Amino acid sequence: MPLEDLSHNFLTGRLEDLVRWARRASVWPATFGLACCAIEMMATGGADFDISRYGMEVFRNSPRQADLMIVAGRVSQKMAPVLRNVYDQMMEPKWVISMGVCASTGGMFNNYAIVQGVDQIVPVDVYAPGCPPSPETLMHAILTLHEQIRTGELLRRREAAPEPQPAAESPWTPELGSTVRLGTPT
Amino acid sequence: MDARARVHRAARDAHVTIEASPTTIGLGGETVRFVGRDAYRSTVAALREEGYELCVDVCGVDYLGHPGRDLPEGVTAERFEVVVNLLSLSQKARTRIRVQVPEHDCRVDSLFELYPGAEAMEREAYDLLGIEFVGHPDLSRILMPEDWEGHPLRKDYGVGRVPVQFKEAPGPR
Amino acid sequence: MTTGVRDSSAVRRVPSEEPLTALTSEGSQELLRRRDTPPAQLGRESGAVLRLPEGPVLDPGAIDVERPEDETMIINMGPQHPSTHGVLRLMLELDGEFVLRTKPVIGYLHTGMEKTAEELTYVQGATNVTRMDYLSPITNELCFSMAVESLLGVEVPERAVWIRMLMSELNRMSSHLMWMATNGLDIGSTTMMIYGLREREMILAFYEKTAGLRMNLNYVRPGGVAADLPDGWQDDVEVICDTIDARTYEYDDLLTGQPIFHERMEGVGGLTAEEALALGVTGPLLRSTGVPWDLRRSMPYLRYDEVAFDVIVGTYGDNFDRYAIRLNEIRESVRIVRQVVRRMPPGDYRAQDAKVTPPPRGRIDASMEALIHHFKLFTEGFRVPVGETYTAVESPRGELGMYLVSDGSAKPFRLHVRGPSFVNLQAVPLLMRGGLVSDTVTVISTVDPVMGEVDR
Repeated sequence: MPLEDLSHNFLTGRLEDLVRWARRASVWPATFGLACCAIEMMATGGADFDISRYGMEVFRNSPRQADLMIVAGRVSQKMAPVLRNVYDQMMEPKWVISMGVCASTGGMFNNYAIVQGVDQIVPVDVYAPGCPPSPETLMHAILTLHEQIRTGELLRRREAAPEPQPAAESPWTPELGSTVRLGTPT
Repeated sequence: MDARARVHRAARDAHVTIEASPTTIGLGGETVRFVGRDAYRSTVAALREEGYELCVDVCGVDYLGHPGRDLPEGVTAERFEVVVNLLSLSQKARTRIRVQVPEHDCRVDSLFELYPGAEAMEREAYDLLGIEFVGHPDLSRILMPEDWEGHPLRKDYGVGRVPVQFKEAPGPR
Repeated sequence: MTTGVRDSSAVRRVPSEEPLTALTSEGSQELLRRRDTPPAQLGRESGAVLRLPEGPVLDPGAIDVERPEDETMIINMGPQHPSTHGVLRLMLELDGEFVLRTKPVIGYLHTGMEKTAEELTYVQGATNVTRMDYLSPITNELCFSMAVESLLGVEVPERAVWIRMLMSELNRMSSHLMWMATNGLDIGSTTMMIYGLREREMILAFYEKTAGLRMNLNYVRPGGVAADLPDGWQDDVEVICDTIDARTYEYDDLLTGQPIFHERMEGVGGLTAEEALALGVTGPLLRSTGVPWDLRRSMPYLRYDEVAFDVIVGTYGDNFDRYAIRLNEIRESVRIVRQVVRRMPPGDYRAQDAKVTPPPRGRIDASMEALIHHFKLFTEGFRVPVGETYTAVESPRGELGMYLVSDGSAKPFRLHVRGPSFVNLQAVPLLMRGGLVSDTVTVISTVDPVMGEVDR
């Protein structure tokens, strides 16, 4: 039974802790290495930085067997639907780490070809800045995610998430109105 | 007459054109030839016969807004240029051919029959600049998505910059 | 020239109910059915290279594609795939396990770097270019800096040239080690992956000590290099050389003599010299066919004519030859690095031309001129005279070339990068023809494409 269905009381409290421990101790990443950040992601899996101590060295090739999608690299316009496709094939519970500045905000490439932030396509849980982020930064991002899983903060946020409202009137109006949107983020 | 013989004949006839086309010397010591669109394919064929076995690069340049390039006498400047770099392994030499391509009739011959390796490079020039290569087996977009409109590397196509607002900054950059 | 206003019709606006399958299909860029493909293109996808001048006369029925069309299957491999070395999408027409036709679909990492290069100054240019071939960033920066310096006419001091050679060869070693790691992983040998990454970390630690970054260094800039080598660098580099040299023999034990490795690599993905030259292929792919072409030997740049090294050449043009070439190139790079360590001259690490090189940070407080120079260089940049040039270097993947057109301003007018992987990928249909599906993985691996420079 998914964790979201449990009503929180003292009987199920221990069970929740157990489920959260299981979920954070064996997060299996999906291979979504795109560019230079993918090389640093591979280096994190290597012997010097060793992601295997968190139980994460099995990069599952099939998204159906993966829990975590580390979007490592710049997402081009052509790749964006493929990214969404892969994300949709993953099963709940799933998390997304946006690794690197190109995945987080478009990075140094503010142009026609790159989606300015992968959070326009998939909901992101942790952003890891850097160009590329060194393996230590990526591990810090992973540990942040583990902490969020451990406290259950992620689930609470998604349950409590309000319906997306239309953008309120803000004093700043952009002169061009063209941001890239590919589907609506949940 | 089969293709091989046609190439030989074109090369023989082109030797006249090669001597006549204006040339300069590039920064690396290579000969840079300026040829017209009609002599383009035969010049490249002749150079291939002379020993330039490898077609290193075929690219396009959009000169809209350039203050003034120094072209030799007899070459009329057009908006686009197709630049071909060839390499001779036997002579350890490079050479360059520059063809002026007008904006209203943006077509040039394809080098696919001479150098099959030019196929992907010509597709890229078509995709990003809109220069058509006549005789190319499959002239479709290669880097941009299929339904993209416009040719991004042209000078009148904006960079597509999204304005970024920084906290407490007076306005978008 | 309009300012950076993007034509809004060019943005892919997608209503949320449109199915994703329609979005991910790329129309005529994909592998189409045989009856929808023109004959010359059909020949290319089947791997026919030298028959191509007879393209228009080619009868589709004459291509010896053994199976009739309704008994084969067109499948899609990628762009998200464990062994396509980045986001390469391969469409294959299969007869059971045998590959009949192939078409690589690229563009999934297109970053608009050539357009971005026109917006950045020459000082900033190296940051953009270094992210193209992200496994050998120094090579990209070197090619860009050499192109700019040839247009500027500025001379780089001797020490800077030797530092560039040192970093270049270390980069070649780290790129080939990464190749050995990923090749091992593709074959199934995860030990090789760990070994390759372990050795590469030593080189990356040296990079971090010198340039501040492990990857995408922005170290080689027009005029020289960004910073001098740290104290004690000779010892660090000697340790790297000794360790890696010894470990290449471990790789021999692990892979070269192993029968399974031979079965998977020998005789697979063969290429002849004629076909390679017709396709414009360079680098280890060309050298595996027997053509001894290496830009460092045949058209030397930097000081490669003053160091002794061998050019490794293969015989059969198959996967095993390319593996052997890259393994031995690691050893040759170690040899070059040892000579560079012994012969490194003292001196400046950047050209002392005030128009190109920023002044040392300490002088900015003391001298008004230094402050003004610094300001001008980092806001406006230096101007390069009108001209055009093509510069090429030997990257671990082949000939990396840059065609730079300048209009006299502080930003390039046009920067076109000839990426070796972009051209080498055209050999993939030829190499895969008639092989098994599992051979496609090893073929892509030994062609060693880096999608950053394929798509730019």
